[in-house]
Amino acid sequence: MKARQKRLIFVLLGIVAVMGASFLINKAMQGNFYKLYTPKAVLAGEVPIGQVVRIGGLVKKGSLKRSNTKMEARFIVLDRNKNEVTIVTNKILPDLFKEGKSQVARGVLKEDGIFYAEEVLAKHDANYMPTEVKDILKEEHTPITKVKEGVK
Amino acid sequence: MTFSWFKYAAPINFYPLAGKVIPLFWFLAITLTSFGLYWGFFQTPDVLSDQKQYYRIIFVHVAASWMGMWLYAMMVFWGLVGLVFNTRLSFMMAKATSTTGALMAFIALISGAVWGKVSWGTWWDWDPRLTMSLILMFLYIGYIALHSAIDNSRRADKAAAVLSLVGLAIVPVIYYSVNCPNPNECSSLHQESSFKGVESNILLGMLITALGFWMYSFATILMRVRNIILEREINTKWVSEL
Repeated sequence: MKARQKRLIFVLLGIVAVMGASFLINKAMQGNFYKLYTPKAVLAGEVPIGQVVRIGGLVKKGSLKRSNTKMEARFIVLDRNKNEVTIVTNKILPDLFKEGKSQVARGVLKEDGIFYAEEVLAKHDANYMPTEVKDILKEEHTPITKVKEGVK
Repeated sequence: MTFSWFKYAAPINFYPLAGKVIPLFWFLAITLTSFGLYWGFFQTPDVLSDQKQYYRIIFVHVAASWMGMWLYAMMVFWGLVGLVFNTRLSFMMAKATSTTGALMAFIALISGAVWGKVSWGTWWDWDPRLTMSLILMFLYIGYIALHSAIDNSRRADKAAAVLSLVGLAIVPVIYYSVNCPNPNECSSLHQESSFKGVESNILLGMLITALGFWMYSFATILMRVRNIILEREINTKWVSEL
């Protein structure tokens, strides 16, 4: 075997090993890079009280309430099984934060079952569609009779 | 006369060829990037279903992130070709690629931080993709540092090529880091990447800008490799005749 062929085999083995490592890292990281609790885990008592943790979930529609007297927002997050946790924060909510969208809150769970967030981050989806197009699509999918009646 | 690729593996033949194509790559880089950015900034919707004007940083951010990953793969490729065939030029290409790659990784991180601040609400988060992109930039810096720490350039080439191969594990991890079955239980702030939900003008601006960044990378890499050739072949007859 020529020296060049030997080197080629070493390099190919190296690539295989590295890709194997990459695959394993990917496996290990599946959504578990840092601990993210769901509302279900909170209700099941899996979340340590008084420690800084993160809670993810969907912001429940119609649940966002801002205080009139102080800088405070209160909302409910849901998971797919409709478990609910109330989150209170006195920080600025990011621009993307909306009801019906995903969020990640970092803070502490207190004995009263309310999660006091130090930081609230918003997530967004992979849709880069203008608002107008979306509205038109919605209209097109609404039966004509309803549009005529003015019900959208 | 047949055209031979191996002819241009010799620095003496590659040097003038690179000199000829560099202006072409610069021309394409400037045209495509300015067209892509023009299209992205002026021919796309102002407000998206959930993001406002600030989403337009996507045209720089995505192009730079792609280049950061592609150039890393390219750098590893040249290093491995050098390791197997012992060709001088491929090691020089790998070295020349590292600096542009590091720049692209840096631009991706900075533009991502700015975008993250306005949309997610934070400059930085230990989101898997962010963390791995940071490591990618450190790998580039590590490559450059290791290369310059070894005086003998042939040894430096080989050591750096092996290091870059090990780091290649990171690239697929960045790519797949947001594919998580349920987005609500996924710690990643990045959304899943797909072209399906992207408006066609946005997609066009993004792809053209990315092409422009490719051309810029080729232009700068070739300019740098010409310098490296001169530096390393300084004692040869053809360089002294230049």
